[in-house]
Amino acid sequence: MGEEFHTSKPIYLQIIEKIHRKIVRNEIKLGEKLPSVREMAVQMGVNPNTIQRTYSELERMGIVQTKRGQGTFVTENVEVINGLKEKLQEEIIEAFVTNMEELGFSKEDMITGINMYFNKKE
Amino acid sequence: MIQLQNVTKKYGNEFALKDVSLTLEKGKIYGLVGPNGSGKSTTLRMIAGLVYPTSGVVTVNGKIVDRKIANEVAYLSELDINYQSFSAQNFIDFYATQFADFNIQKAEELLSFMKLDRHKKWKKLSKGNRGRLKLVLALARETSVLLLDEPLSGLDPMVRESIVKGLLSFIDFEKQVVVIATHEINEIESLFDEVIAIQDGAIVEKVNVEELREEQGLSVLEWMKKIYQL
Repeated sequence: MGEEFHTSKPIYLQIIEKIHRKIVRNEIKLGEKLPSVREMAVQMGVNPNTIQRTYSELERMGIVQTKRGQGTFVTENVEVINGLKEKLQEEIIEAFVTNMEELGFSKEDMITGINMYFNKKE
Repeated sequence: MIQLQNVTKKYGNEFALKDVSLTLEKGKIYGLVGPNGSGKSTTLRMIAGLVYPTSGVVTVNGKIVDRKIANEVAYLSELDINYQSFSAQNFIDFYATQFADFNIQKAEELLSFMKLDRHKKWKKLSKGNRGRLKLVLALARETSVLLLDEPLSGLDPMVRESIVKGLLSFIDFEKQVVVIATHEINEIESLFDEVIAIQDGAIVEKVNVEELREEQGLSVLEWMKKIYQL
């Protein structure tokens, strides 16, 4: 298939996440038109109703706008995109911190660890 | 729309279907799953008007199903086709004479989508290309009902992918209801709106697959394992 999905998690949420990441990485630009529902369904190898739900959800979040008869476009509002960036960052940090805490690392351990990691890398 | 109301089918003393009631709506793709001999094919054949219920009623678009329903239902059989010396072109010409709804333009698009050689005879086609050609013939008809019996069975992953993409590209979601009977789930589960599990001729459960994932955290395969206690 075009894309691989975890079949035990809602596919529309996984596609939303893919699109979020593409927007943050600037692979999809502000104001850009997204593929039609059918095109996206074929690309992703999923049911068009799933894509319809993805687009509705993105619209509800303010990430895209549907213009009648023209299609679905990414917002041109930079603040929305910045908000999205922050949200993604927060999610990744939260997952990292939770993981580290489960292993018994303290806040100080994590900060020291991150600094050491970057020093080594440079 | 397809409706089965308290449908039972008996062959001698054996039940092929037992008191099945089911409503299937247009714009959706349904997966009909279950082990071999559970009643999947009988259900499809009944909607196609090839088999009649012992009791109960089957309707398509409000009409009680009989042999004439073939005008409104495209049916891809799991069986091989017995026109060994027919080429893709011969099949297309033949189908065009048999079905008023057969869209030659669409058949042409499908042929090139599936990269099929129109002059090659059926007996010389690989198993994969036979599977593709059967799908071309079913999808080129503009019917309100599309029934596919094991469209992926025994085909390799490349062919399966082309069949899934072909379905997504050519199904008319505005007008069609699609029912796919399959015991293979992997490549096709992201295609379904709803899945119906059938066992020993009875419907065990019918679910919306995204709700299944969202509310129970289960894939269709995991759900089936739970139902059939594999």
